Amino acid sequence: MNVFATLFAVAGPLIMLSPEPGQATTVEEDMVWTGGLRHAYFGDRPISQSDDMIVLKAPNRADDAAIVPISITAQIPQTDEQYIQTIYLFIDKNPGPLIGKFHFTPRSGRADLAFRVRVNAYSPIRAIAETNDGSLYMSRRFIKATGGCSAPAGSDLDAAMTRLGKMKLRTNAMSPVAEPMAAQLMISHPNLSGMQMDQVTQLYAPAHFVRHVKVSFDGEEVFSAETGFGISENPSFRFYFVPEGEGELSAEVTDTNDLHFMQTLQVAPAVSQDLVQN
Amino acid sequence: MPSIQHKFIAGSKLTIQLFCILFVDSGSSLAAPAACSAPAHVVQVASGVFVRPGHPAVVFEGQEIANIGFVVGDLCVAVVDTGASLAEGQALDCAIREVTDLPVCYVFNTHVHPDHMLGNSAFQRPGVEFVAHEKLPRALALRGDIYLERAAAHEGRVLDESIFVFPERTVTGIVELDIGGRVLTVRAHNTAHTDHDLSIIDKSTNTVFLGDLVFLEHLPVIDGSINGWISELDDLSGASFETVIPGHGPVSAPWPSAAGASLQYLSTLRQTVRAWIADGGDLASAQASIDQPDSGDWLLIDHYHRRNVGAAYAELEWED
Repeated sequence: MNVFATLFAVAGPLIMLSPEPGQATTVEEDMVWTGGLRHAYFGDRPISQSDDMIVLKAPNRADDAAIVPISITAQIPQTDEQYIQTIYLFIDKNPGPLIGKFHFTPRSGRADLAFRVRVNAYSPIRAIAETNDGSLYMSRRFIKATGGCSAPAGSDLDAAMTRLGKMKLRTNAMSPVAEPMAAQLMISHPNLSGMQMDQVTQLYAPAHFVRHVKVSFDGEEVFSAETGFGISENPSFRFYFVPEGEGELSAEVTDTNDLHFMQTLQVAPAVSQDLVQN
Repeated sequence: MPSIQHKFIAGSKLTIQLFCILFVDSGSSLAAPAACSAPAHVVQVASGVFVRPGHPAVVFEGQEIANIGFVVGDLCVAVVDTGASLAEGQALDCAIREVTDLPVCYVFNTHVHPDHMLGNSAFQRPGVEFVAHEKLPRALALRGDIYLERAAAHEGRVLDESIFVFPERTVTGIVELDIGGRVLTVRAHNTAHTDHDLSIIDKSTNTVFLGDLVFLEHLPVIDGSINGWISELDDLSGASFETVIPGHGPVSAPWPSAAGASLQYLSTLRQTVRAWIADGGDLASAQASIDQPDSGDWLLIDHYHRRNVGAAYAELEWED
């Protein structure tokens, strides 16, 4: 009855042969990907499966299916000659497998990214980097959803709705001028996948989630994203940008109800800042 | 101190387990069986108030996890939580028949978690009204599909939506219900363990079913709000209950001291996570680094502590 028990029984012997310890893969695990997802998004384009371009970090076990922290670390700096322009994140077994597309520019400095996702079931999770010459590189991990009472839904929907659209933008700027500076954008939003009409309870909630994020420094884009409901409630994005001097970091967010939210932060490199507004 | 009278009713644990294997979730047609072959073992914790002891385990990885029970009035019986499966609900129903011929009139669900309410369908029959917090239906609608998937993935249990019984009556604030000779005070709480916790006080014995508002032995699990939970436990600590039935742990416990362990765990966690956020630490590093406090002999730390750190972090990062 337990399909996962069968799956792991198969995976066992392969662990010894895997080039990446702890990242044994099986044909069964990847069936959603090979059976349609890959071709739907990338056709026959070659994808190099290695951690040479980006490294995806995800917990082996999702402690809370609603908030699973993941990060992607770029292995090359962003230069005008060579840079990562897009990172795709897929969780094969989620209702919407493409969690988001994240765009970077040479002004990003580093195409590093951290955020939180919902994980519905045991599933491969894969980050695919597309460089400016059109090459594709994939870093793949596997997440086990834990047992327990947690569900991908948020725990206090009313609290999230009350704060809808509140944003925090911060940098921990000890970094010198012209060096990549770490930044975080937080958006208070329920990021609802929507509920089905239930005949008994008559409950229905349409999907309502953040679908576009754009962050600019002095009017020039440094990070943007197209996102779905696989991003956790109250989305939080950590990323980098390169301030050439003092300037304004601004974030624009649009959700599926066409609500727009904005937040700005004055940034001066080499000065510590932790400014919270709204 | 409440006097605890142990009342053992026919049927060993082994019999119940066999019953579970044979009949677990094999269809709603088995609800309200004509013959009761496997009553649950229940303990009388106050006059007319019975509890089926639970044993700490991860949801969907065990049976009989939560403390569930019932109160016998002069007119009818009120059930508080129904267990993790149809079979558990049926065994509780059998235990009621061993005690009284009176019909069940109310089934209260203290919250949506599967170890407390997947036995509901055992009581789905004319004359039984299901009662829950006003926000429980939404929580169940958001989680139902996932619970079905988890049951299949972790236990090989094939369930369908008939296992979920939505409340016919929902509670906001406080409602009093008379079951004949005794009045039950049913209270819908602010967001705490979940956003829809319900407690039931039997006024005649001053006994309260607190559901998962208080944990003993089993590590508290945050699925609502750490701030709300601490505040709710602080408020409840001012009450002078004679007997408290926690959702997990012993079938009854002294009050307010029984709240102490949960309060201490939650308060220490809040303090640590707040400091982590103030230092700019991210969620992943908080979950990897913040150990459970030394105090307390909690069970299931490995399963739920990291989850609690995450839930606390996600809430507390919006505090300022």
